[in-house]
Amino acid sequence: MLVQQISVFVENKKGRLVGVTEVLAKNNIDICAISIADTTNFGILRMIVDAPALAVEELKKDGYTVSTTEVIAVEIKDQPGGLNEVLKILRDHDISIEYLYSFVKRPAENALILFRVENTKKALDVLRESDVKIVSEADIYNIK
Amino acid sequence: MYWNKSIECMDREELRELQSQRLIDTVRRVYHNVPYYRSLMQQKGLVPEDIRGIEDLSLLPFTTKQDLRDNYPYGLFAVPLSEIVRIHASSGTTGKPTVVGYTRQDIVNWSELMTRALTCGGTTKESVIQVAYGYGLFTGGLGVHYGAERIGASVIPISGGNTKRQAMLMRDFGTTVLACTPSYALHLAETIEEMGIRHDELKLTNGIFGAEPWSESLRKELEEKLNISAIDIYGLSEVIGPGVASECQCKSGLHISEDYFIPEVVDPDTGETLEAGKVGELVLTTINKEGLPVIRYRTRDITSLNYEPCSCGRTHVRMNKLLGRTDDMLIIRGVNVFPSQIESVLMEIGDIKPHYLLIVDRIDNLDFLEIWVEVSEELFSDEVRKLEELNRKITKEIQGTLGLSVKVTLVEPRTIERSQGKAKRVIDKRKM
Repeated sequence: MLVQQISVFVENKKGRLVGVTEVLAKNNIDICAISIADTTNFGILRMIVDAPALAVEELKKDGYTVSTTEVIAVEIKDQPGGLNEVLKILRDHDISIEYLYSFVKRPAENALILFRVENTKKALDVLRESDVKIVSEADIYNIK
Repeated sequence: MYWNKSIECMDREELRELQSQRLIDTVRRVYHNVPYYRSLMQQKGLVPEDIRGIEDLSLLPFTTKQDLRDNYPYGLFAVPLSEIVRIHASSGTTGKPTVVGYTRQDIVNWSELMTRALTCGGTTKESVIQVAYGYGLFTGGLGVHYGAERIGASVIPISGGNTKRQAMLMRDFGTTVLACTPSYALHLAETIEEMGIRHDELKLTNGIFGAEPWSESLRKELEEKLNISAIDIYGLSEVIGPGVASECQCKSGLHISEDYFIPEVVDPDTGETLEAGKVGELVLTTINKEGLPVIRYRTRDITSLNYEPCSCGRTHVRMNKLLGRTDDMLIIRGVNVFPSQIESVLMEIGDIKPHYLLIVDRIDNLDFLEIWVEVSEELFSDEVRKLEELNRKITKEIQGTLGLSVKVTLVEPRTIERSQGKAKRVIDKRKM
């Protein structure tokens, strides 16, 4: 039920991000979600794409440092308090979040949030128990 | 395995006697045949008869690269040009190159030196040796070439560059010995990996790497990556080219062929001769060379000498692995810094390929050292926290080693220019 996220090391310099997106565009790879963590000198670009294996291969070929991480995708109601509900569950079970970001595309009137947490397995269990909808990789690529 | 056991394992007393005779002969020849040396000796009030043996060596004047430049091109040759059969020149990064000439006998002697070194490195008549040192005016390619042919190995004179082709031919031709600079060997190893060539497709067993200083950790990495045993060889064109000294399979110092050269280590600032074991600048005197003999040549290479007997049985003195060059040595806020120190720290931190660059600048009248380190896949983490931790750790370790505050910047792979020959490790912006 986890989603493959690819992370790319990028220096904090002009023209670095476009280098990555060019590789993806050239190979007709669709970006479903994107976020960047930046520091003064470097950033980590995190993405969900529709062809993660191909993206990793092509980016490596171009000399980028790439890794893959599994993240949890959660569907929430796109309304006040939607995200708050999920975060409360994680807090109540003492699970800390490394980072989170949201999806570009949306299923109907809901929103999709990606979580990277300290203890992935436990998080999956408690979210399921609390009837939070976890979205699979296949579902994500199918959102039009 | 020896090439010339009677010489390489010669009794040290006999060796000293041989060196004395050859030194006396060399001094006589340069005094009579090279006006420049004659005037240097006259300035010191010396005549050839004052040099009665190796114990009088320190009376003689030094020769520097500048002396060679000042006598460009043939001023220091000790024979007429008609006796010279080969001319090489060193890569002069500034101004004119330094020119060296060889007589027919010099070429024979150089080949002998290289056969000794290549034999140390596991080369035999059965070997297929890929010579990826540059051919041409640079002495590397042809030096190794002549030595390898003399052994009877099958020589692939591929020269430097065109790395993918090197990897392909290494596999297809069944290369067993690779000779090149260590930084190029690393580049080649990475290319082999990228091309998906497996160890069992290669027949490589030995590496003979030299022409630039490299660390023990780099040796370990190259031996693992290429599945070989790698030795270090040393030489410089002003003295003869590669083959001046070479490691044996004990890999604990490079045996200098003392029947051809007399080594000394001196204080680079005062020129004072240092006792065995002390670190300083290597100075070499050629005692069996015709075309361009050099007297007490300042190599600018930093090392120390070890006269302890070696377990391989060779009696010739060992020079320790080079620490750097006097010209590589950066003086930053009064502290001596060698790029090799940074390399060792990076390798110790764990699996960082030694792709790094030192950038020295002067900001507000204060020297400032920045170190770029490429983030390899092994180092990369998806979490900012871990990367920042890594950055802090590298900074702390380097500061501890150098006693200087530094700024470490993590950069993308392939940001730092790859070398086809010698590695560029330093950008010093202060000289402007």
